Amino acid sequence: MSEDREAPALLGAAHTDPPEPQDAEDLFVSVASVTECPEAARLSAEDLSPGSDGHKDPDDPDDPDDLFAEATEEVSLDSPERQPILSDGPSPAITPVTPVTISPRLDVFDRSLDQDEEEEENRDTLDIQISVSDPEKVGDGMNAFMVYKVTTKTSLSIFSRDEVCVKRRFSDFLGLHSKLASKYMHMGFIVPPAPEKSIVGMTKVKVGKEDLSSVEFVEKRRSALERYLLRTVKHPALLKDPDVLQFLESSELPRAVSTQALSGAGILRMVNKAADAVNKMTIKMNESDAWFEEKQQQFENLDVQLRKLHASVESLVCHRKELSVNTAAFAKSAAMLGNSEDHTALSRALSQLAEVEEKIDQLHQEQANADFYLISELLGDYVRLITAVRGVFDQRMKTWGKWQDAQLMLQRKREAEAKLQYASKPEKLQQARDEIREWEGKVQQGERDFEQISRNIRREVGQFEKERVKDFRVVIMKYLESLVHSQQQLIKYWEAFLPEAKAIA
Amino acid sequence: MEGSSAEAALSVSANSIRITDVTQDGDVLTFAIASQKLNSSAGVCVFRMYEDFDWLQQSLFSEENLPGLQGIIFPPLPSKALPSQSNTQTKALKQLGFLALGQDWQSYCKALEFYLQQVAAHPTLCKCKALDSFLINSESPGKQRGRKGIFNRLSQAVEEMRKESHKDVDNFFQNERNKNTNLAASSKVATEKLLDVVMTEQKLAVACGHFATSLHLCVNQDDAAAVAFSKVCLKLSDVIEAVKRNYEKVASNNLSTLGLGLDLESRYQESEKEMLFRRTCKLIELETVRKGTEKAKANKREVMEAFQKAVEKEFNLISSVAKQEIERFHSSRVKVLKTFLIGWCELQLNTAKEFAELYSQHLEACRNMYSE
Repeated sequence: MSEDREAPALLGAAHTDPPEPQDAEDLFVSVASVTECPEAARLSAEDLSPGSDGHKDPDDPDDPDDLFAEATEEVSLDSPERQPILSDGPSPAITPVTPVTISPRLDVFDRSLDQDEEEEENRDTLDIQISVSDPEKVGDGMNAFMVYKVTTKTSLSIFSRDEVCVKRRFSDFLGLHSKLASKYMHMGFIVPPAPEKSIVGMTKVKVGKEDLSSVEFVEKRRSALERYLLRTVKHPALLKDPDVLQFLESSELPRAVSTQALSGAGILRMVNKAADAVNKMTIKMNESDAWFEEKQQQFENLDVQLRKLHASVESLVCHRKELSVNTAAFAKSAAMLGNSEDHTALSRALSQLAEVEEKIDQLHQEQANADFYLISELLGDYVRLITAVRGVFDQRMKTWGKWQDAQLMLQRKREAEAKLQYASKPEKLQQARDEIREWEGKVQQGERDFEQISRNIRREVGQFEKERVKDFRVVIMKYLESLVHSQQQLIKYWEAFLPEAKAIA
Repeated sequence: MEGSSAEAALSVSANSIRITDVTQDGDVLTFAIASQKLNSSAGVCVFRMYEDFDWLQQSLFSEENLPGLQGIIFPPLPSKALPSQSNTQTKALKQLGFLALGQDWQSYCKALEFYLQQVAAHPTLCKCKALDSFLINSESPGKQRGRKGIFNRLSQAVEEMRKESHKDVDNFFQNERNKNTNLAASSKVATEKLLDVVMTEQKLAVACGHFATSLHLCVNQDDAAAVAFSKVCLKLSDVIEAVKRNYEKVASNNLSTLGLGLDLESRYQESEKEMLFRRTCKLIELETVRKGTEKAKANKREVMEAFQKAVEKEFNLISSVAKQEIERFHSSRVKVLKTFLIGWCELQLNTAKEFAELYSQHLEACRNMYSE
């Protein structure tokens, strides 16, 4: 039952501490009542057919319980493609370490239109600030690791305090992402990917090299972790996820094992494996909805374009850094020239020149940082996000596949029953009829799941595209601000230098 | 030159000399040189090739009847440009430095222009007939193969090192030689470092161009969301285009003022070095002759002494010319550098103002657009 699958994470092996009662601020007022959760938790133990549980929310067209039934079905189908989501190694990322996992809010998987609109407003005015700061090295040698301070400031009621500070290490972030991905990706939710692992970068830091590249590496990682958390909490379902809340609030977090899981490379592997599995299917998915085909094509194109852009910007950053180095070298040579110079006023002017060039070098460095942290990292983040989006599209294909499989199975069962009609084995006939009913249920479930994930994806993609435009706009403005600032500084420097040059007599 | 100095004065105004055009025909560059006649409003225009400049320089070197010629700091002539296609940019840069950069040989022409102006402004050299005929005669003087100048480029390195460090008898000159050694080295390094900066600025501009173009490729009109995103990409593309133009301007400003200035200073220091070296060689010759005279046997003594006197006279003449030249050089180079520094600062200041304005406009436009 609570075996090595993601089911326990969903169902929280008998631990059924439901989320706090909501107040008006929370728009996702539990349509299913609080008591539904313990019910849901127990579903894992039973083989459910849809509709067996009486707790149906009258407003909700889909029985939330069916989602758990789906999960149970998943378990029994033993689809190998599920493995990559959990872990590349034998032990999954989830089970042994999170006894406190709470089942996610059922209602968030399926929202009404009103909820969607309110949620969009909510996204815009999300009252939560997260910062990742103060990287600290813990330990020595190859066992050392960096610990980051995660500060959350918010007035949202789901949080127990206005301001919380916790210490987290990189694998904690990866563990969080791994949990979220296994919980939500198969529902069609776009889960923001965690930052990339880097063996080379981390080794340098562990070995204790205090040079510029290690400092830059830690800063790059710190910034990436911060962006990761901000993106995660922007998603209303994820914000309320108990794992996220625990990550942000608990002082102690159980150590996440086997975190190779869902790095960007991990997702790509998963996407490729899923794609292979889909290709293995004999029936090609006949897309009844052109929207999905178009969107998929768009995202494929966007992937290629973003990668190209990213490469362009990296080249820009590289040249900017080179310019900084050369400017510094020129400044030094100008200073030497000033020193060799006899004529007092000329000598002073040359020394001033050297100082101006040094200051300009500083500006170049700042601008290189802006290039990098604003544009390059944004593009990198989106390359990874697009991979997550494509993963979700592939999940839909798999869901469709399962539905088709169920239909096939039903067909076979019906054929078997037809044959048994002519044999006189009443018990076998009855069993066959039972099985037919079972598979009819599964076919219906499969269809519902497929429609569910399709709906979710439509909504998610819509939201993603809005966020994307917003993100890029914000970055452009910040970039322009940095450009304006640089130029204004330059004006100051040149205006200060001019009288020095004119003073040469 | 025959005749009095009054007769041989330059017939055009030094300040008016301009290189107005350059044309390239395969390997050969032809320069159009314009100048203004001194006593009338008439202008003159002639066409010259590098060989003609070289002829002029050699003529100056081999000017007869110019006492103490060796003490003159000759205005430095830039190296010959080799514009053939097989000459890669790296080769050109190595050979010409800053003068290889810039559009259509502009920097190179500027440097040649300076050269002519400086020769024309030199109190002694301006009287050389060669200069006048260079600037006025429609026929190219390069056809007449003059004598090769007596001054060769310093080539025998080891020999020179020994001679160059020969102790001087005059403090003024010893100081000057020391200062010159430092300045020549420092200005050469500074010129090279500035060249690196300008090259990188140009590379940065090119990278910006690529990035801006790639952004254009992200345009997609499929649906409303794609259109919105496309607009954002195009905006960023415009901004990056602006950054590209910014760097092109900054690089060109560096090139046309400080770059040219440092290049000129560096070559002039070399020229002074050559003059000081000539004098040092003369000094060594004098000291050698003196020693020889002291050791000479009685019958040779008179001859030796006469010879020694001649060398002494030459040396003193060179030294006195050199002193004047050095003083003139010091004051003029400060003026020249001042002009370049002011020009550089003003250009960069204007560029900074221009782009501060442009970026602010973009920022304002974005703020308005995005707050809707």
